[in-house]
Amino acid sequence: MLNSRRLILAHFWLAFGTFAFALPLGVWQMYVRSPLHAWISDPELYYRSVTAHGTVMAYVMPTLVAMGFGYFITEASLKRTLIGRHWAWLGFALVAIGTVTAVVPVALGRATVLYTFYPPLIGSPFYYIGVALVVVGSWIWVALMSVNLYHWKHDNPGVPVPFPMFASVAGSYLWAWTAVGAAIELLFQIIPVSLGLTSTIDAGLARVFFSWTLHAIVYFWLMPTYIAYYTIVPRAIGGRLFSDTMGRIAFILFLIVAMPIGIHHVFQDPDVGAGFKFMHSVFTAMVSIPTLLTVFTICASVEIAGKLRGGRGVLGWIGALPWRNPIMLAVAFSFVMLGFGGAGGLINMSYQLDNTIHNTQWITGHFHLIFGGAIVIMYFAIAYDVWPHLTGRALTCYGLMRAQLWTWFIGMIVLTFPWHWVGILGMPRRMAFYDYSDPTLAAWAFPVVMSVIGGAILLVSGVIFIAVLIDGQRTSRVDPGSYRFSVAVHEPRSVPAALNGFGLWLGLMIGLTIINYGFPILNLLSVSGTAVPAVLVGAMR
Amino acid sequence: MNDQRIFSLRNQWFTTSVGIVVLLAVAAALVGFIWLPTLEGNVRRYGLWNTICSAAGLIRPSASEPVVTPTYPITDVVITSQTLRGASADAIGRGATLALRCTMCHGARGLSDANTPNLAGQYGVAIYKELQDFKSGARQSAVMAPLVANLSDEDMRDLAAYYAYLPRPHDYNPAGTPQIVVSGAPMRNIPPCGACHGELSNKAGSPWLEGEPAAYLHSQLMAFASGARHNDISEQMRNVARQMTPSEIEAAVHYYESQP
Repeated sequence: MLNSRRLILAHFWLAFGTFAFALPLGVWQMYVRSPLHAWISDPELYYRSVTAHGTVMAYVMPTLVAMGFGYFITEASLKRTLIGRHWAWLGFALVAIGTVTAVVPVALGRATVLYTFYPPLIGSPFYYIGVALVVVGSWIWVALMSVNLYHWKHDNPGVPVPFPMFASVAGSYLWAWTAVGAAIELLFQIIPVSLGLTSTIDAGLARVFFSWTLHAIVYFWLMPTYIAYYTIVPRAIGGRLFSDTMGRIAFILFLIVAMPIGIHHVFQDPDVGAGFKFMHSVFTAMVSIPTLLTVFTICASVEIAGKLRGGRGVLGWIGALPWRNPIMLAVAFSFVMLGFGGAGGLINMSYQLDNTIHNTQWITGHFHLIFGGAIVIMYFAIAYDVWPHLTGRALTCYGLMRAQLWTWFIGMIVLTFPWHWVGILGMPRRMAFYDYSDPTLAAWAFPVVMSVIGGAILLVSGVIFIAVLIDGQRTSRVDPGSYRFSVAVHEPRSVPAALNGFGLWLGLMIGLTIINYGFPILNLLSVSGTAVPAVLVGAMR
Repeated sequence: MNDQRIFSLRNQWFTTSVGIVVLLAVAAALVGFIWLPTLEGNVRRYGLWNTICSAAGLIRPSASEPVVTPTYPITDVVITSQTLRGASADAIGRGATLALRCTMCHGARGLSDANTPNLAGQYGVAIYKELQDFKSGARQSAVMAPLVANLSDEDMRDLAAYYAYLPRPHDYNPAGTPQIVVSGAPMRNIPPCGACHGELSNKAGSPWLEGEPAAYLHSQLMAFASGARHNDISEQMRNVARQMTPSEIEAAVHYYESQP
């Protein structure tokens, strides 16, 4: 039952349209700072590009995918029309307006602050207000997800909430709470300076607030991907979900432990105590539990599909899997990238090991592999899977889809593996040019060139992706039937109350945030004399 | 599905999940706040309570160590991006009157051929800072010191407003900007001149340099390099000038001199 197709399609198109805008910027950045190009004569242009690329890829694109997919899940899994569609359009409009409001000052060179805001650098207030509008638009989505779940539960007492809806609402709650950190930073610290109301800013405190958002936002990006693992993959490859309960527990665990761990982003900041850094390190390690649960459950589900297709033996089922099916390819690539990216992540979260790679290209390599790789490749899979149900037209160019997924996978590996390597060699991140002719840096040159090639492959893949979607809007009309999510081996007839709602888990999420962030924030707030003069970007040009 | 109460001690989901989270938090805190610092010998050296406070990031007064102070005066001017914003017409008028005594060297309208800095259109905050430094002795000049001795803070703000108000000579950008200006020398920790002094960007407190006399620019770079001039905030220019080669100094000076 899909009655809000235009709404959902609008979200996906805007998401992938902004993605198509930001992707070439990334490739250009790789190129100009490589040995293939002379030193850029105006580094400001490089940072402007980094800001636009990061803002769109981190804030706009995944938020729109989560929103559109969330509305899709609401209608397809609850089998009823979305409540509050007008509000949903308002949220969409706010995200669209916010994106333009944020990107225009960046393009004009008035907000070259990178997407992490980087106080005491301060840009045009329009940039921050634009980002805030995107967040407000997404909060409307959070509210709608909650309202729709509430009404459905009210009308269906005693019935387990469909797992896709449960997972999607978990993702929305995670986002609602994690966005609070950056929202506080923007509203109380950055925007007042940006508007000229004050002239100094406590950069250390701002970084702690941003870390509140910065890590859990990654899990918010991850949510659509994990939902697709559980609810699309087993069905698409002809299998069954191994365990519905395992899925619910995985999403609940994300809700609790994904949030209060961001201080591992500020391990090198002297104004946060080592004890709290260690606690955040421990809870970051805990995130591996829901991830491993997921890897286990999905591998088991895929094994069911392989065996149903006649595969035999301990590993024989792997060969029997439908490898020409784009969803099968996507999930396999996604898992490989998740594996490498996750292993790198364990190094980032270790207080001691982090010293080696902090602020190096390793970090950029890491989050591109996890986000751009493992997560975004499943966004493609989601789009391929739901597109016929949104457009009412067949998506038939399977060869192109496979080529797109292969090139994205290969491109991302060629991009990020050398990137990790130069990070270990000590190459700092966020620089517009490097003196590769210096003997100390010469060893970086070759891997950096390889990264550029990886970036170029990704650009090709991105073009194919958009071409597939456009083709899907032009093919002949078909009736795709009603949309089906994966079915569990044991379909839940009754689940414990705790696994059918969020009260307990939201309580734990907020409680743990207070334990892990309460004291560091109060401590920084209580120390005077920590504010520094803001550096206005593009001032007095 | 049962309709049991979730927030109840009889609900195992509640007790187990809260129990695990609390246990984990307590265990992590014990390790992070006590055990690891103990291994580093902190408890033995500073006592248990001080160790815990330190691991919590609490800033506490410690045994004060003598602060190394330079033997010469350094600047005490604090500059933010908002300093001296929005001068009034009155301030500019007062500044114009005060500036009559500056015309001998700096020209009737802030431009001269006397190898002194051209001030027309200079950022007000840069002029204000130098005047303050001349007065405090952070920047030494036998010529400027007696001239600023009797200037009040208000006078300096007015002078800065007046010179900032004067039309700046037109920019022109010939081809061939030297690398030191647009890229600096990253391996020697030299940022591009243009990142603070114009061409690429500006940072609060830095003057623009286009059209300044070569003799002045050269003498100031040499003075920063030798430490004879030391009123730069946080030693920014001394660190840059010390690292520059003679040919880079020459290139930067020539570039900025030839600008308007």
